[in-house]
Amino acid sequence: MNIPASFKYTKNDEWIKVEGNVGIIGITDYAQQQLSDIVFVEVVVSVGDTIKKDDNCATIESVKAAADVYSPASGVVIEVNDQLSNSPELINSDPYGSAWLLKIELSDPSELEELLTAEAYIKKIEEK
Amino acid sequence: MFSPHTPTEKEEMLRAIGVQSIEDLFQDVPKAHRFPSLKLPPPLMEMEALAEMQNFADGNETCRDLISFLGAGAYHHYIPAAVDAIIRRGEFYTAYTPYQPEISQGTLQAIFEYQSLIAALTGMEVCNASHYDGATAVAEAVNMAVAHFRGKRTGIVISPSLNPQYTETVQTYTRNSTLALTGFELDPFSSPDSLLPLINTNTALVIVQYPDFLGRLFDYRKLIEAAHQSGALVCVAINPIALGLLTPPGEFGADIVTGEGQPLGIPLSFGGPYLGLFATKLEFVRKMAGRLVGETVDIDGRRGYVLTLTAREQHIRREKATSNICTNQGLMALASAVYLSLLGRQGLRELAELCYHKAHYTMQRITELPGFTLKDPQPFFNEFVIHCPTSAETINAHLLEHGILGGLALSQAYPNRPGMENLLMIAVTEMNSRDDIEALASALAEVSHD
Repeated sequence: MNIPASFKYTKNDEWIKVEGNVGIIGITDYAQQQLSDIVFVEVVVSVGDTIKKDDNCATIESVKAAADVYSPASGVVIEVNDQLSNSPELINSDPYGSAWLLKIELSDPSELEELLTAEAYIKKIEEK
Repeated sequence: MFSPHTPTEKEEMLRAIGVQSIEDLFQDVPKAHRFPSLKLPPPLMEMEALAEMQNFADGNETCRDLISFLGAGAYHHYIPAAVDAIIRRGEFYTAYTPYQPEISQGTLQAIFEYQSLIAALTGMEVCNASHYDGATAVAEAVNMAVAHFRGKRTGIVISPSLNPQYTETVQTYTRNSTLALTGFELDPFSSPDSLLPLINTNTALVIVQYPDFLGRLFDYRKLIEAAHQSGALVCVAINPIALGLLTPPGEFGADIVTGEGQPLGIPLSFGGPYLGLFATKLEFVRKMAGRLVGETVDIDGRRGYVLTLTAREQHIRREKATSNICTNQGLMALASAVYLSLLGRQGLRELAELCYHKAHYTMQRITELPGFTLKDPQPFFNEFVIHCPTSAETINAHLLEHGILGGLALSQAYPNRPGMENLLMIAVTEMNSRDDIEALASALAEVSHD
């Protein structure tokens, strides 16, 4: 299982990668394995929307389940990954790279401190 | 296979929840009401029971005994004998989509063919395996539009000439929501233009009927364009027989087409079971409710059928599903697919033409009588509203004495609206012979006056 050390995680299996004041959000390798073959991704927020931490920001459907994605942090949506609507399988093959879901301008970077480190997240999955 | 619990399992479960017996679970129901003694007549033998049932049935007056000009959403059409012969086959008779779908290839193929026929008829790209009836199909269109806008648009504009029963069903579905329904209170005889001022950027869905509840035909292109300019979706509720003659709504911009499938080979049978048609554009398929059968190939390249896009449905998506009803009318959908296959494209067109011409002849014969006028000059398909010299209910009572089931007295459909008393809505199908129409005209002539 690939859990990059430099990212932050939620217990609901989202990751956030911080670049300056921008947070890039996606779902973890563990999450994509649990969901199995992903067939549909819908980002349910639009560029310009203000979202709060824990807001529903995307829905992911696999052949066996539908899962909601919740934002690990608050901010304004600055970009949405359009590529996923035609190639949802990217989440299975490249969950931390080309399969990012959305980018937000962080409004409260202090929220990030509440998130899990890679180490803490790995521990969390081992308990599941 | 259904396997009931064994006595041992029952014991275990009772012990786990800490009660002695199953009766203990019912102690909140007062004892006197738990097993009330029923005052039933003595038992009958099969022969007697059948005779009694026949007696009850003989009390009904059906379209077999009466000449019928009643429509208003359910229509008396001829059903070829092959429809019944096919749907009564044991392989088809379980009226449900299968829970272990892929081993039921025949059922899936029948649903796939149904979907394909309805998609072709309505001019849409995708059609689900059906809903309960025309009313629930419209309500599911509301659900779909709300899901499409993720609840951000809350306005539903309902044409006042949508079948009032459909409007009531939408009201029932949305009673505890924040949706605002408008338009339905307007004068039912107003034109689609009256809806234009109600459409705005909060409108999720505009619902019209084609032909409308009063039988009239409108060109909805202007309304649909206005709805689309505001970003709203449009649902067109259809009579499938009329589409044998009319432009399919998919060709004039409908986003959702719903309909009552009863006219397609399903008997009137006192209001059900009927069939809810539901078709839409491919771009909305993820938000569509209901089951969906797709065609594919197996590992050896042979054609096969599957239930597809099931992640939309409530067993996976739970409370986030567009609808919590994915039940379909399997047997009725099959009946309509058999019916459409038997008629074919040309047969359906001829049937629609027959209905159209007979209805227009009937209208002409009635309006020749003094005191009877056509209420609205708008073009119509097989149903029209007549303004009568006296109350429509009085006229219906008079017609019944002549063995004729008259049309719908509009005061019944619009009980709280003034000015409806003398309005009678007449439907004509291929089942009404020339003699039937002349019988209607002469019975009406007896009550005719200026």
